[in-house]
Amino acid sequence: MNKQSNSYTITYIIILVVVVGAALAWVATALKPEQTKNADADKMAQILSSVHCYATSTDQIAETFKSHIKGIVINSDGQTVESAVAFDVNIAEQSKETDTDRRLLPVYIYTDTEKGTKYILPLYGQGLWGPIWGYIALDSDGTTIYGAYFSHQGETPGLGAEIEKPDFQERFVNKQLFKNGEFLPVTVVKAGQRPQGNEDYVDGISGGTITSKGVAAMLDNCLSPYRKFLETLTNNND
Amino acid sequence: MAEKNSNRKIFFNPLSKDNPVIVQILGICSALAVTAKLEPAIVMGLSVIAVLAFSNVIISLIRNTIPTNIRIIVQLVVVAGLVVIVNQLLLAYAYDVSKQLSVFIGLIITNCILMGRLEAFAMSNRPWPSFLDGVGNGLGYTVILVIVAFFRELLGSGTLFGYQIVPDWMYEHGYENNGLMILPPMALIVVACIIWIQRSYNKDLQDK
Repeated sequence: MNKQSNSYTITYIIILVVVVGAALAWVATALKPEQTKNADADKMAQILSSVHCYATSTDQIAETFKSHIKGIVINSDGQTVESAVAFDVNIAEQSKETDTDRRLLPVYIYTDTEKGTKYILPLYGQGLWGPIWGYIALDSDGTTIYGAYFSHQGETPGLGAEIEKPDFQERFVNKQLFKNGEFLPVTVVKAGQRPQGNEDYVDGISGGTITSKGVAAMLDNCLSPYRKFLETLTNNND
Repeated sequence: MAEKNSNRKIFFNPLSKDNPVIVQILGICSALAVTAKLEPAIVMGLSVIAVLAFSNVIISLIRNTIPTNIRIIVQLVVVAGLVVIVNQLLLAYAYDVSKQLSVFIGLIITNCILMGRLEAFAMSNRPWPSFLDGVGNGLGYTVILVIVAFFRELLGSGTLFGYQIVPDWMYEHGYENNGLMILPPMALIVVACIIWIQRSYNKDLQDK
């Protein structure tokens, strides 16, 4: 057989691609349930860590999540949307919807006899190399930040990737979303600088300027649609 | 006996005299990317060893059937397939590690060491020597990554594997972590230092 002929070459590559493709498809299907379980548990762990609740094993996470967290979906008027399930809402898609009135806004309500009720809001935005996301937990007054969680896909280790460190996340604790009754999401600025407005701010990460700016933009974009919902919480509390 | 000796050479040469990173200067790109911390560097090294060993064996098994015109494409398909499988396995059974490495696993495909070994070794050798060659070169790569990551994490963050190494009293006396070590250029400078040391020990590697 002539191994240099065109027909041999074409047949060879077709067979190779089919074999490799089939192998990959089989691996992906076989591992899918395990991966989905990991991904769900990971998402639950992220939500829980915004209220400083850390569990280790997959089952433990699911257990804690079930017993303490109730998810609701609201619209920008603060009305509940019955048809949607909070955990299944794709934040990445929703955060790109420019018309905020059409966004589905999940709220995870955390109840615990010790810590009280917390409202956890999901975030999604862009860093330097790829997506960044997180969760902000608010006290029942709807303005004080109780905890924050951030993560990223591929920010530079040691620089932008520092947003996932507790050190950065703790900077958000006790910041206010409302200033004198006005809704101003917390922003991130270069260390030593102040924001132009009156809003609360935290120091960004040196060497991770674009990621820090991404966090600020994400907070602004994702928290703004919740304004009415949070105002109601604040008023109820007064 | 001769066979055994040469197998040993195939395995150990890449660790020093024929190291893929510091002698052949391949795979430098990922040496920059994953060496700011020790842990990702080690997992990256292990992934490269696995992919390199298996792709070497597969290519070596089918080496006589591959049409020369498309051999690079065939090599790429095999490597890409293996990398995706490694990634899927990590997602299913080592989720945390896979989250840490994210894009870097995918980047193994573009690691020049892989194509280099497939083209230079696996295409013309039997499976067992190819396997040894793959593991040897993978180890050679890992050793350099670990050395670079050790210095970058220690001097840049004052930690090793995330645990603080530099004692607090040193910070109190004005010691500061060197932020430059975290930045990619320092990886190149550390690699260059290793090359310098290695060449001054191995005179035969020096250019005349």
